[in-house]
Amino acid sequence: MTTARLTLLAAAAALACGFAGPARAQEPEAVTPAHQQWSFDGVFGTYDRAALQRGFQVYKEVCAACHPVKHLAFRDLAEIGYSEDQVKGIAAQYQVTDGPNDKGEMYQRPGRPSDPIPGPFPNDQAARAAENGALPPDLSLITKAREHGPDYVYGILTGFKEAPAGFKMMPNMYYNEIFPGHQIKMPPPLTADGQVKYSDGTNPTIAQMAHDVVTFLSWAAEPTLEERHRMGFKVMLFLVIAVVVLYAAKRRVWSALH
Amino acid sequence: MAASGPGASSSRIVRWIDYRLPFVKFINHELYEYPTPRNLTYWWNFGSLAGIMLVIMIVTGIVLAMHYTPQSDLAFDSVERLMRDVNYGWLLRYLHMNGASMFFIVVYIHIFRGLYYGSYKYPRELLWMLGVVILLLMMATAFMGYVLPWGQMSYWGATVITNLFSAIPVVGNKIVTLLWGGYTVGNPTLNRFFSLHYLLPFVIVAVVGLHLIALHTHGSNNPLGIDHKGPGDTIPFHPYYTIKDMFGLGVFLLVYAGLVFYAPNLLGDPQNYIPANPLQTPPDIVPEWYFLPFYAILRSVPNKLFGVILLFSSIGVLFILPWLDTSPVRSARFRPVYKWVFWLLVIAVVALGWVGAHPPEGVYVTVGRIATIYYFLHFLVLFPLIGKLERPRPLPLSIGAAVLGRGGAAAAAESD
Amino acid sequence: MAQSAQSQVIAGHGPGQAGESRRDFLLLTASALGAVGAVSAIWPFIDSLNPAKDTLALSTTEFDMAPIQVGQRLTIAWRGKPVFIAHRTPEEIKAAADVDISTLRDPETDAARVKKPEWLVLVGICTHLGCIPLGQNQGDPRGEYGGWFCPCHGSVYDTSGRRRDGPAPLNLEVPPYEFTSDTAIKIG
Repeated sequence: MTTARLTLLAAAAALACGFAGPARAQEPEAVTPAHQQWSFDGVFGTYDRAALQRGFQVYKEVCAACHPVKHLAFRDLAEIGYSEDQVKGIAAQYQVTDGPNDKGEMYQRPGRPSDPIPGPFPNDQAARAAENGALPPDLSLITKAREHGPDYVYGILTGFKEAPAGFKMMPNMYYNEIFPGHQIKMPPPLTADGQVKYSDGTNPTIAQMAHDVVTFLSWAAEPTLEERHRMGFKVMLFLVIAVVVLYAAKRRVWSALH
Repeated sequence: MAASGPGASSSRIVRWIDYRLPFVKFINHELYEYPTPRNLTYWWNFGSLAGIMLVIMIVTGIVLAMHYTPQSDLAFDSVERLMRDVNYGWLLRYLHMNGASMFFIVVYIHIFRGLYYGSYKYPRELLWMLGVVILLLMMATAFMGYVLPWGQMSYWGATVITNLFSAIPVVGNKIVTLLWGGYTVGNPTLNRFFSLHYLLPFVIVAVVGLHLIALHTHGSNNPLGIDHKGPGDTIPFHPYYTIKDMFGLGVFLLVYAGLVFYAPNLLGDPQNYIPANPLQTPPDIVPEWYFLPFYAILRSVPNKLFGVILLFSSIGVLFILPWLDTSPVRSARFRPVYKWVFWLLVIAVVALGWVGAHPPEGVYVTVGRIATIYYFLHFLVLFPLIGKLERPRPLPLSIGAAVLGRGGAAAAAESD
Repeated sequence: MAQSAQSQVIAGHGPGQAGESRRDFLLLTASALGAVGAVSAIWPFIDSLNPAKDTLALSTTEFDMAPIQVGQRLTIAWRGKPVFIAHRTPEEIKAAADVDISTLRDPETDAARVKKPEWLVLVGICTHLGCIPLGQNQGDPRGEYGGWFCPCHGSVYDTSGRRRDGPAPLNLEVPPYEFTSDTAIKIG
């Protein structure tokens, strides 16, 4: 096949990739959030353990009032640097519904590492009743469930502003730069620097807290990222070597014909 | 090429088995005696790649099915459990998810290869039609598979596509209710889709078997599109094409691994990480990329029934291709007009894919309609016309002659 | 098998001895790489069948036995199986200790089966064919040794959970456990 045709084909392929991927959700007023630096970016990315623990603290003290993370269990927290005893301690701080007991009743007991982290509401209806009809979404997968996931969530958390002059706000809504349509039902969760006291001495500015909680949520959505990158490196290395050897072998075998 | 391979060197056990079930003899014949054109290019690797992808999808699918729960309240969570708790569950899931995309990439290239080199023409018409059947089965399997994680796109994509059947006059709604097993897409739908998603790949295996039998009856086509006439035109499949296929597999696996390990959600839709909500339609319902051109064709007309007819016709027209093409010559290498028109088809299909990814408004509608018209024009009008009107370039005398002509110094050494 | 094909193909103008051995080395390396790749690729599929992390998390159960009175028995779940906990009376302990173990089908002293003599912890599954023996509840038959009785095929266990009669080959299993306090245990 001539070079001209190969170029045409490559161009067609590039077009296809360019359009079939990110250009999906063409909603009106979709704002692309600014790209942040994340420790897990790139092929060698990893999760910063300190940021994960700070982020968990932010989740627990700020977000957990309304948002569940039902796909996380307490035992998963061992991966972000807590010891077995610390995990047991964190779990025991929560009351978990268990049962029915021999009398047929459900009862509360302290959490165990094997329990999923309980959410603030027993079900969706209770959540809506408490939140003016809004349903705060589960955050276990939020950074995978939105375009530009981590950047988007960070943009939302730091994007609360005064509505511009002339912008008509509906009642009980808040102006947000990044949220599609710019009106979000969630009140700004991070309102002041120092809202959460970090034990490792990091300065808890709003930007820092947002960065940490998004790092935590990214881990929550994709806890196997580091294992995936590690395995990927070995697999790609193996394949590159194999391809080189196979190509040489192929040329050798075919040289008999020429 | 004289028969080679194990003959006298077979062990007694092999001969005992072979006498009763000629398995080794069969493999021998297919690998050593079966004449393969000597001039196949890398565009001929994609058939074996498709076969390998089928095996990978089945193996990953079977293991995934050991952990997946096909019940609407539990399906989404069972997939998350796979991703988090099952050993290597994340790997199995990403392999299967991205494997579907790789399977379609490989099959689409394989199809376009066939279109360019006239591999659908006499005597390979049935081979081609079996291939179209495989494509249809793949599309049904992929569609049902995407419903299984029960995310927002799973649910709403299923709703939109099953609703297509309501376009059928008179019995349409009854058919849709039958498909759904209820008044909307729901748990009964999920359960039956799981059953069929498990079944169809094995039907695909059977049709692939027929496809290979049809292939081996007359052998592969080749870039020149002329039949092989003698031993100078062919070489044994093993070791030449086995090693070439292995190399091609290695390159393919590099791309596949790159996706799986470093961009596993690149080709997916983030909204499928939101559990299905029957009371909330996503702002945009978009199928996976490999369905986009067909989705665009479906939406190109504002009439529901006509759109559905166009959709099924877009694949139906592929079935009758061997009879639409009137050219006496197979390969586009010797068809100066068709050669360029082929690329127009490629551009039209890519454009349709682009259109399918966007909401049906503005420029997307215009481009979609032009590309749809071109798609059908290409097959229904241009194929018969070009074949009749173009003057093909003169064909080489034989494959061997063409190869040696280019080879130059090696010609003398070939002592056949 | 491959040799004859190759020798046919290179008849006439083979690349020569050095070329041939280089080809063999390449093909050998390629085959070896292929084999290594295939075998390593199989492991994740097999390991995915092993218990997942959530199953492993439930592999230990902690339980505080304090509410169980002397003479009472309680059944709890561990790894999906029933575990019999018996707060033994002094009579039951003595009866268990006084047995001549050479008469047992599965000889074991009572002392080897308990950590504190008043607490007996057993997996409540008959070692014959897997039924759950009776004896945990008031009014259940306990067999002639005051332990447990399996209604399926008539195996009889004593106050140490050892097999005394019937088709069971072994004593009731004592699961791995340790005391985390005076009365609390962690099983598994």
